[in-house]
Amino acid sequence: MKVEYRIYMGIGVFVLLITAVYFFWAKEYGGVTMLFGVAGLGIMPALYFGWWRKRMDPRPEDSETATIAESKGVIGAFPSNTIWPFVLGMGAFLSALSLVFGEWTLVIGGALLIFGAASVTLESRRGGVI
Amino acid sequence: MTIADERKDLSHDEGGHEHDHGGPKGIYLWLTSTDHKVIGKSYMYTSLVFMLIAGAMAMIIRAQLTGPNNHLVSQQTYNELFTIHGSMMLYLFAGPFAFGGFANYILPLQIGAPDMAFPRLNALSYWLFLTGGVTMLSGFFTSGGAAAFGWVSYAPLSSYSNAPGAGPDLWIVAIVLTGFSGIFTAVNLITTAFYLRAPGLTMFRLPIFTWNMIVTGMLILIAFPILTAAMIMLYADRHFGAHFFTVSGGGSPVMWQNLFWFFGHPEVYILALPYFGIVTEVIPVFSRKPVFGYKGLVFATLSIGALSTGVWAHHMFTTGTVLLPFFSALSLLIAVPTGVKVFTWIATMWGGDIEFKTPMLFVVGFLVTFVMGGVTGVMLAAPPIDFAVHDTYFVVAHFHQVLAGTAVFGGFSGFFYWYPKLTGRMYREGLGKLQFWMAFVGFSLTFFPQYIIGLRGMPRRVPVYLVSDHVTFLNQLSTVGAFLTGASFVVWLINMLISWKRPVAAGDNPWDGHTLEWATSSPPPHHNFVTLPPIRSARPLWDANHPEHADYKSPGHGVEFRDEEVNK
Amino acid sequence: MSSFKFVKERHRSIEGLALVGLALVLSSCSNAFGGYRGATTQGQSEASLYQGFMITGIVVAGITFLGLFYVLVKYRRRKGTNKIPKQRHSNLPVEVIYTVIPVLIVIGLFVFTVRSENKITQVSSNPNVSVDITAFQWGWRFTYSNGVSIVSQGANYPQLVLPSNETTKVTLVSQDVVHGFYVPAFNFSRYALPGVTNYFDLTPTTTGTYVGRCSALCGLYHGEMLFSVRVVTPSQFKSWLTQQKAA
Repeated sequence: MKVEYRIYMGIGVFVLLITAVYFFWAKEYGGVTMLFGVAGLGIMPALYFGWWRKRMDPRPEDSETATIAESKGVIGAFPSNTIWPFVLGMGAFLSALSLVFGEWTLVIGGALLIFGAASVTLESRRGGVI
Repeated sequence: MTIADERKDLSHDEGGHEHDHGGPKGIYLWLTSTDHKVIGKSYMYTSLVFMLIAGAMAMIIRAQLTGPNNHLVSQQTYNELFTIHGSMMLYLFAGPFAFGGFANYILPLQIGAPDMAFPRLNALSYWLFLTGGVTMLSGFFTSGGAAAFGWVSYAPLSSYSNAPGAGPDLWIVAIVLTGFSGIFTAVNLITTAFYLRAPGLTMFRLPIFTWNMIVTGMLILIAFPILTAAMIMLYADRHFGAHFFTVSGGGSPVMWQNLFWFFGHPEVYILALPYFGIVTEVIPVFSRKPVFGYKGLVFATLSIGALSTGVWAHHMFTTGTVLLPFFSALSLLIAVPTGVKVFTWIATMWGGDIEFKTPMLFVVGFLVTFVMGGVTGVMLAAPPIDFAVHDTYFVVAHFHQVLAGTAVFGGFSGFFYWYPKLTGRMYREGLGKLQFWMAFVGFSLTFFPQYIIGLRGMPRRVPVYLVSDHVTFLNQLSTVGAFLTGASFVVWLINMLISWKRPVAAGDNPWDGHTLEWATSSPPPHHNFVTLPPIRSARPLWDANHPEHADYKSPGHGVEFRDEEVNK
Repeated sequence: MSSFKFVKERHRSIEGLALVGLALVLSSCSNAFGGYRGATTQGQSEASLYQGFMITGIVVAGITFLGLFYVLVKYRRRKGTNKIPKQRHSNLPVEVIYTVIPVLIVIGLFVFTVRSENKITQVSSNPNVSVDITAFQWGWRFTYSNGVSIVSQGANYPQLVLPSNETTKVTLVSQDVVHGFYVPAFNFSRYALPGVTNYFDLTPTTTGTYVGRCSALCGLYHGEMLFSVRVVTPSQFKSWLTQQKAA
């Protein structure tokens, strides 16, 4: 976790530095706002990783000498096949098209979105395998 | 239970292997799969189809420019063609081919993971990409035609009064959809690389390709939300009477340029970094050497990522509204890590045993075009030179050599390199080499004349020019080159067809690869690995196959295994 | 002695190469590396910067390509051999060198860039002539301070007349979308933005007529939004201006 933390922190702090230089040199606030936001995008995840770094057990993937056998337990549930991402995708597609063709596609798209989102959630609660 | 056992169990439990256990097949498999390999391949083939479509548009554009006053297509059609050509190549080919296709397929394999961290999100992001692409193309079938304001869609040319009709709206929707697809993929890639690595695969043992994908993912997360926000503002301007970018309502058209390029410049590196990663995988394998200066390369990549957020306004030097020295300095500075990369590649080959298979040839083509594009890129970082050639064919030649050079030469290098892993089949070496030479000669013939065309003052995005510009012959030369490049893709299609119809088994590790993706079968089973070699350096498979030359024999490059691990 | 001779010979061959290169440069008709020499003082400043960048670029790209092709030829796999080369991971001095040298080059380029850019973007407070240029879809309006105004009409491209060796201050605006005021022979372009007023100076040095165009995509007839610039002597300019005023 240390390296992950440092990457994000490094980028965040560097951009903060650029923001400061830009702020005092250019005195243009649109750019400062965007740069400041980007610095936040670096520092925010860095804080998350930093927080976990102190609280989690050392991981075998961070150890120079771990053996393959050291990784025990379930890594996660990976459903092989599920139709719901496709349903969600079509829902998002039709909903987005309503921006061009009017509200009627939103009715179908929105219904698909809600149906798909609910189904994906239920699928996870049932254990992820369909 | 080890990871390897776990994986075996999982694949038994779920019966997900495409051929073994009677799982879904054909279209239904394609619709429902959450396997990163199926999704990665879908991404790859879809984006290549988009590339062929956008390439065909480029052929029409070039044909129009063979004479100063051609009337092959109308001005309106011409504007639509280059708009959609650029948009498709950038949003639907170069990016998704790399971070949707290669990264999806290769990154989990390289880190010894069974799948991506969020498989269903991964599938969703593919569907958003596909529907986004279809949306963009469907603009041509509306009565007003597709968007015709250039891929940068500068306000207020993109306002409703200047660009009425459904085409521009479809373009906006397409960008938003593909934008979300990119964001989801980026989240997925970073999480996978941070949390699903095999034991012993520390961050500084990751293959450079994976490193580059991490940085690409971070840049996507920085850039794409801004693009999406800008698109929503543009849509609000067009339809809800907002005034973000209209002067009459107190808005600022220049703000659009700031927002767009704040996305647009990191985007350039989003497109380039994955291909740099591919090149950094191919060169060591075909030189039979480790990457030279691994840590330097990683820091170069990270500093490109960090610097790329502060260079956006070098696209706006001629607006007269930006602080020239600041952006000029950062733009020049970003050439340094890029240069370091090039020198690293050369140093990796230095003293090696270079085998010129098709992937390696494409790498050489990449290096030549990229260095040319890079040198002219440094020129464009100087505002005075930019004043002289901004928005001319000089810039067109520059970014095609940089972007198309990386995406086509780097991309096809990677495609041929991993094709045996993707399919288990071998392509035909002769046809691959023929494709390379046609593409390389054609590509150079297309874009070198364009530098001179630009220096003589021909602006981009014009369907006509003057006889007195003395660019007619150069344009014809460029067109010949473009058609030669186009023909090289026909050779590629023939190659794919032959290798599909008359398969030659490739074997699991045809190139004597270094990284984990070559440690599994070709194509890999569901959930990827049955066993993993012990990971003690950045090149676990090389260590296993060449113990006498293993990385851990060099001080500071890994730890020697214990005997019981080797024998396992 | 022999080494001296060798050096001398090599020197001569370098001179020969330089001559060939120079001939190539000169033969490309009043251009420098394909670019315009610049018909204004600002454009000439750009041209010399461009030359500097071009020479640096040729040297850097040349060294890179030499290295690349040397490696590709020297270390290609010969038929029938199957040796594993020495596994070299890094060499700190080499890495430092190939990082520091680009940094130094870039700093040098930056210094010259800033000098040139300050010359080009400088706006004089008491110009000899002032012109307001308005860009619109799809044409130009040039308005001189005494009220003379020249506008595109139909297929007639408007002509901007400027005095040579005098400084003209241009005030550039756009009426609708983003346009670009671009005169290739002046090595100069500047966007005409709606809502933003841009100022810049032009000091033409060579009389003649030059083509000008719109550089930023501005809609359907972007490709035909041309104009011309005629540079005349100050006295000719004065008589032209009074003539226009009378007419």
